Amino acid sequence: MAGPGPIVDRAQAMIIEPLAAVDWLAIAPVALPLAGGALCLMLRSRNDYASRLTIIVLGLLVLINVGLLGVVLNHGPVVMAMGNWLPPFGILFTVDVLGALLSLTTSVVGLVGAIYAGADIDVGRRRFGFYTFYLLLISGVSGAFLTGDIFNLYVWFEVLLIASFGLMILGGERAQLDGAVKYGVLNLVATTFFLIAVGLLYGLVGTLNMADIARSVPELADTAPIAAVATLFFVAFAMKAAAFPLNFWLPASYHTPRIVVSAVFAGLLTKVGVYALLRVLVMLLPESRMGLDHVFLWVAILTMLVGAFGALAQGDVRRLLGFVVITGIGTMLVGVAVGTEEALAGAVYYAIHSILVMTALYLAVGGMERLAGSCSLHTTSGLYRTDPTFAAIFLILAFAVSGLPPFSGFWPKVMLVRASVASGSEWAAATILFTGLLTTIAMARVWLLAFWRDLGTEAPIRVAGLPTASRVNWLGPIAILTVIVIALGVVPEGLMSATMKSADALLDPAGYVGVVLGQGEQP
Amino acid sequence: MEGILALLVGLFFVSAIYMMLSRRTVRILIGVVLLGNAVNLLIFTSGRLTIAAPPVIPLGLQTVDDTVANPLPQALILTAIVISFSLFAFLLVLSYRAFQELGTDDVDEMRDAEPAERRLPPMEY
Repeated sequence: MAGPGPIVDRAQAMIIEPLAAVDWLAIAPVALPLAGGALCLMLRSRNDYASRLTIIVLGLLVLINVGLLGVVLNHGPVVMAMGNWLPPFGILFTVDVLGALLSLTTSVVGLVGAIYAGADIDVGRRRFGFYTFYLLLISGVSGAFLTGDIFNLYVWFEVLLIASFGLMILGGERAQLDGAVKYGVLNLVATTFFLIAVGLLYGLVGTLNMADIARSVPELADTAPIAAVATLFFVAFAMKAAAFPLNFWLPASYHTPRIVVSAVFAGLLTKVGVYALLRVLVMLLPESRMGLDHVFLWVAILTMLVGAFGALAQGDVRRLLGFVVITGIGTMLVGVAVGTEEALAGAVYYAIHSILVMTALYLAVGGMERLAGSCSLHTTSGLYRTDPTFAAIFLILAFAVSGLPPFSGFWPKVMLVRASVASGSEWAAATILFTGLLTTIAMARVWLLAFWRDLGTEAPIRVAGLPTASRVNWLGPIAILTVIVIALGVVPEGLMSATMKSADALLDPAGYVGVVLGQGEQP
Repeated sequence: MEGILALLVGLFFVSAIYMMLSRRTVRILIGVVLLGNAVNLLIFTSGRLTIAAPPVIPLGLQTVDDTVANPLPQALILTAIVISFSLFAFLLVLSYRAFQELGTDDVDEMRDAEPAERRLPPMEY
């Protein structure tokens, strides 16, 4: 038998002192909606309570995320070690500027969606647990943005996936089941690809902690296996983000559920894929990303073109918006492909803009259906006469999603175009501008046909399947998002400097690594 | 040992992809199950294999005193098994329900969400 090993003080592997209050902030965006979801499940027969509870939970979450963002901006990343196990052994929540920004946007969109849900979700769907699934989805998305462990990221992907399955099929209509089969299988395959890449990466570096991976990968002697792993990650996340040629599940499914579900899906889910690309490929595997940047660039350009031309060919506004989401994904991928500080900041800014504006647009289509009974461009008309305020809001959102000033889509496009010209990718810059023009045409046509044209048909008095709701109940949430979209276009400095900070941290993860692993070195 | 398992993982992946290329939902789902198991084996293999070396610290010692099996991949696989099993159960019920509602298990004929004949938007008014 071998002699006794070196004496190890096991206390050094644990944090002894109790957690500070600020550490709890890091976990609250996940824990709070999870608890709220469980409560809603218990209250599902009292659905008036469940809807109020959801709004209260998400309102609290917005405040918490504002606090978290403030702490992160002023004092650097916040780390919370689960079960007091120190990195790199325990599972960590590591919140940096990027995670905090996206988590805040998630909670804002979640709150707005929860308010709108009161006017969109009928009693049957509420009873089958709409609010539970909804809160679990928000929890999963926040977890994905905040975790500091790559296997944990996979777990949050699955949490948001199963919650989104529930929301997708709630109601069980034929089109929903059809869309859900394609959505379900392809997304499950994408997360499985992600897991393959995680397994291989673990085999190469022997750790799952993101900071530890960022530190160990440059020390590896052989770069070829890492390049293969990076390609697998790219395939998995591009599929999640609906990048060409793996985008076909999105237009096949996003128009089938209730509009508020489509809205949060279009806002949040694809951006989780983009976030994962930024986090894993830009921060953890930077050398492999540089090796693949031509592939990224072509994928980005083709994604933008497919989305823009697809949007032009749709006669149904719900399906049209699915392609507009894809165009936005392509625009963000340009930032990932170019990979300079300004490009990454532009991608993050565009992600936030896209979360807000896509959710608002889908909700606005819900408003169109509420007023006109349909969202087909062949039959819908005269909405300007019915509701001029709503028509104005829709026009603002249409301009914002096309990237026209003075709305939020303009600045990230300026940053991305400037960054891609500076790095010699003029084709990408030209495609951003060209697809912006095509999106403008597609969205302006929607406004022209559905709002400005007047076929003289009378609007239905009550649309089947929608609960009765006052005008403020459905128009209010859209107006809130529109105000944010205008504000981010008129005063972009604050968000721009925050996104620059986040891009800086992605390119040079030394600060992130130091905060996470620095704790482990001192007893 | 790693070589044999690597070949097995490869075989699993090949059969999974072959099954998933089918148009029938049942075959696609079998492919999904095989894919999940392929990944579990892959994680197991990439955590390095040891035979009969449980990761237990002997009595009186502070650390293990010899090469032991890596317990982490097993924890990862357990998590992955639970997740993939539950998602597979969901997909199974979903595709059965879709078969009942849509009357087909051929994904090419599932055109409810995306009807085959599409109308372009009006060009003028």
